[in-house]
This record gives sequence, C-alpha cells and structure tokens, in this order.
Amino acid sequence: MPATTPSVERQLPSEEAAALLDLTRELVRQELTPKAATYEAESRVPREVFRTLGKAGLLGLPYPEQYGGGGQPFEVYLQVVEELATVWASVAEGVSVHTLACFPLATFGSEQQRERWLPDMIGGELLGAYCLSEPQSGSDAAAMTTKAVRDGDDYVVNGTKAWITHGGEADFYALMCRTSDDGSRGISCLLTPGDTPGLSAGEPEKKMGFKGSTTAQMHFDDARIPADRLMGEEGQGFRIALAALDGGRLGIAACAVGVAQGALDAALAYAKEREQFGRPILEFQGLSFMVADMATQIEAARALYLEAARRRDRGQSFGKQAAMAKLFCSDMAMRVTTDAVQVLGGYGYVEDYPVERFMREAKALQIVEGTNQIQRLVIGRHLAQGT
Amino acid sequence: MNIVVCVKQVPDTWSEKRLNDEDNTLDRAATDPVMNEMDEYAVEEALRIKEMHGGEVTVLCMGPDAATETVRKSLSMGVDKAIHVLDEGLHGSDALATSLVLSAALGTLADSGGFDLVVLGSESSDARMSVVPAMLAERLGLPQLTFAKEVSIDAADGGGGTVTIKRLTDDGYQVIEASLPAVVSVVEKINEPRYPSFKGIMAAKKKPVDTKSLADLGVESADVGLGGAWSAVESFETAPPRQAGTIVTDEGDGASKLAEFLASKKFI
Repeated sequence: MPATTPSVERQLPSEEAAALLDLTRELVRQELTPKAATYEAESRVPREVFRTLGKAGLLGLPYPEQYGGGGQPFEVYLQVVEELATVWASVAEGVSVHTLACFPLATFGSEQQRERWLPDMIGGELLGAYCLSEPQSGSDAAAMTTKAVRDGDDYVVNGTKAWITHGGEADFYALMCRTSDDGSRGISCLLTPGDTPGLSAGEPEKKMGFKGSTTAQMHFDDARIPADRLMGEEGQGFRIALAALDGGRLGIAACAVGVAQGALDAALAYAKEREQFGRPILEFQGLSFMVADMATQIEAARALYLEAARRRDRGQSFGKQAAMAKLFCSDMAMRVTTDAVQVLGGYGYVEDYPVERFMREAKALQIVEGTNQIQRLVIGRHLAQGT
Repeated sequence: MNIVVCVKQVPDTWSEKRLNDEDNTLDRAATDPVMNEMDEYAVEEALRIKEMHGGEVTVLCMGPDAATETVRKSLSMGVDKAIHVLDEGLHGSDALATSLVLSAALGTLADSGGFDLVVLGSESSDARMSVVPAMLAERLGLPQLTFAKEVSIDAADGGGGTVTIKRLTDDGYQVIEASLPAVVSVVEKINEPRYPSFKGIMAAKKKPVDTKSLADLGVESADVGLGGAWSAVESFETAPPRQAGTIVTDEGDGASKLAEFLASKKFI
C-alpha cells in the first residue's frame, strides 16, 4: 500500500502521540479502508477489526498505564477517534462507546474493583456497551424504570434498555438502573457481564446509517448481578452517567469532525479531477467557495472539541464545552456532508462514492449521546448558573 | 532459542523505482522507504517461535541511515534488540557482499551466546534475487532451508535440536529437516504479520541498537560496495509504456481469432 500524506496537520503534545497517530493511520489504511463500504452495505459488524485495534492498544487509550491503558490525554485519544471516523464512523463510534463504557469503573470503581476488571476491559479483547436510554426515557434519562432489587449478594434486575450500541455483542454493559424511587438520586450503576443469565438482546434496529454497528434493546429478566459490581455507591448512578456522557460527547464530536473531514477529502479529490466546460470544476468559484466553507467549518469544529478536551486534561470543568462541541461538530458534519454530496452531484447520491454514507452517518451524530436540543439545554443551564 | 532475523529496507513496493544517473544504483531518495514486506513475515515467524520456545530475537539490518525506521519497526513488533550495519562503503553492494557482511555480523554474536536460527524473507521486493539466504548459509557453513511456508522447531535441552520446514515448490511442498543452528527463509504464506502495538512502539525506543561499521566486523571495504560488486549496471532505460490491447470483434469467428492470437504469442 502506498504511504499517504495525512490530510490534517495535527498539533500533538508528544512524540509518542505522533507515533500513535501514525499507527492509527496505518490501521485505517490497511484494516478499515478496504472493508468499510462493503461491511456497511451488507450490515456486517467488524468484530475482528475491534480485536485488531485492541491488540494495537486503541481500546484503552485514556486510561492509566498501570491497568494496561495507554495513559494518553483526552486530546490525543479523541484525535485517534477522529482519524478512524474519516473512513468508518461505525468503528470510530464503537471505540468511543467502548471507552465510555469503561469510564464508570475507571473513575468511580474501588481500587479492588479496578484491579480485578479494568485490565481485561481495556486490554483489547473485550468490547463494552453503555445502557442508559429506555424506550420511554431518552432525553429525560432520569425517568428510567429498569429496576434493581437487592437480594442477598446480588441485585435482581428487570426492565428494558434501548438504543444500545454493541447490544448483544458486548462483553460487558455499564448499566444504569433504578435502586430506589428517589428520582435522579435513585439510580445506580452496575457493571454487568455480557453472559449474565436473564440478559438478552432484541432484534437489531434497522438504521439509516451506521449499519456496521449493532444497535439493539437489552432485556433484563430477573438478571442477577453480583452486588460487588456496583460502581460507586447506590444512588450515585445518575452522576456517574452524566460524568461519563461529558467524555462521550467529546467522542461523538471527534467522530463528527472525522466524518466531515472524510467528506471534504472525497469532495476535494473529485472536484480536482472532474472536468466540465473544459476545466476542473474546483476552478469554478461557486464550487471553490463551497469547499472553502466546508474546510473552515471543520477547522473551527476541531478547535472547539480539542479546547474542551484540553480543559478536561487540565482538570478544569468541561461539561459546557463538551456540550457545545457535540452540538457544533455534529451540526457542522451534517452541513459539510450534505455539501459534499452536492459537490459530487449525481455521483454523490449513489453508493459508488462514500459521501452519501457520510451524510447518513452525520445525521445520527446529531441525535446520539444527547440530542442537539438537549445539548442546548445543558449549555443554557450552565449559562444561567454562571458555570 | 536465540533467533536472528535479517531485514532490509526497500523502496515502497508500490512506487515507481528509478536509478541514479551517476552510478546506476537505485535512487533511494526518490521513493518512500519501507521495510521489505517479506521480512515482516520473517520477523513474525521469529516472534512466534520465541513465544513458543522462549529465548531472544535479534534483528540484523544492513543499510543506510534511513534504515533505522525498519529497525525500529521490527523492535516495535516485539523484537528484543538490533544490530544495524551502517557504513558509507556499503553503497552499491551486491548479493555476495551482502551475504559476506551479514555472516560477519552473525560471527560477532559468538561472544554473546551465538544463535540457533537465522530467519530471512525469501526475497526483497527491490532486487528480487532470492539468493542471499542460500549464500549466507554457505558462508556460515550451516544447513539452508529455503521458501518455508511452515516452520516447526524441536528444541533439545541445553541447545541444539532440529528445525523442520515445509518448503514451497511449484507443485506442492517438500518436508525438510535439519539440525540447529540453521538458516531458514520464509514465504508470505507462512503467517499474518502483527501490527506494532502502541506499547510496542513506546518500548522500542528503549531497546538496544548496536550500530556496527565494516571495520567493527573486520570486513575489507574492497570486498563490498560498488567497487567490490561482481557485476555492474552499464546502462538502463525505463520500461516502455504498455501498448494498447488488441480488440477482437466477434463476427462468428471470435473463437478462432482468439486462438490465432494466443498461438501468435506462443501461449498455445
């Protein structure tokens, strides 16, 4: 395979981060690029790709080295996600969701719990999922009804979780469920093994995009989960969920920038080659202004999510900035991918080129990990409280 | 088991190669350098043998300064240490000189426990002569087991033992066994090389790389390089562009026209 020059010049904090991004691009070129279009067209889940990424060390990047993680700042981890998304959003989002699913244990688990489970979870062989939404409780997550009742050394869980990425395929589930009726203070987080008896997956959803990633409901039917798998304390689950989502939103923001970058690269390459009226269409101002706007929006979006990530890395509050990044980056990706289809004209609308897929993927990013309406609500609350 | 893998840096396999006008040698600056693909399989096989039998894997590379990248890639994949033979005098070396230098470098390992197995890729993607493994085995006075698509080791306690390979041929394979130490060359059917891991890349920076000059190895510069080469490139031309194909229109006689074409090219 020919070596390719990366289309994005990145600001990276260390030599090891640069080496990590080189490795990521090699994996993208050799493992993702040849498979993405076919797998998406056939709704095939690339489980083996996650194993390859895992062996290379990409499934535990922001977690401490002492547990086998990569010890990387969020700023670097997110740029890895972005690179993956330039070619295959299902894989990039999968890495983000897996990383999110490890967060409750890594951040709120006891030392004993971390030593016991975290190395396997971030070691590369296993894949995680995150269970917060329910069929009737999406944006209003605290209205969840899935219930866990303590019985001896176990919690017995009943209820249904919805829109679960990796549902039915994951090796572990970070489950948010109700342990008391006390609203958002009655929610707890249980780290649930994928082979728990009584846990089953529904039929995968038939989605508009992200077809290489399974989304399914997860049914808990008297599922017994050992009480030593409680993350943090009883009643702390909603706080854990929101803290996890702050990081998860940055993962989605990075995915969005990657998808938009992939669309821009494709549009630009096409506009340089395609000739009409005797010259490349990129030389027409109508088109050149369009790609100029696309590129500018991508740069602005990347700067926004990276600034939020750097705040997180410095230990500063970043919830507001994460919501802004998720909102801005995914809205940007929707516009840029729609424009990329326009640049390619008829060819943009057919499956021979990847841009129609990028456009379908961008739409999902405006919805997941909190709809963009919820992001505005979060930002508005921060502004009202002056935080 | 102490295993040595010989690796070479080559111009990117997929790029168009060209020669220097001055001395008719390969213009290495004109293309991106990469690790010879077949050598990745050799490294992978050595690592697998180590994982099964223990021991240490050393990578041995002869090449210019830029070949450090290939050395580092091997170390990132999991090789323990490296010897890089680096000397201006090596420029333009032929296969005979290469095997001379490699055997001299392997000779220096005698002090540090020697080696049980030397593994090479069966050819480099630039010169494509496939002779260095055989020449190296001759120079070392060791058995040569070439074109292996499968390697198994029966290590004896306290050193020695045997190596058995399946040697790929045009119409099947031969099973060949030899006593250790031995020289083995591998084909790409043998395994699927691993990617370096992020941790492997980090660890590689701390692994020892022993850089040796011709003088360190006791090799006379007159025996290597352009001056020592047994053949010389007198002149070269770029390959002519591919001609347009012949289109046969079927007017009821398509089959016989195709047959005539094939016969004219001596295919049938």
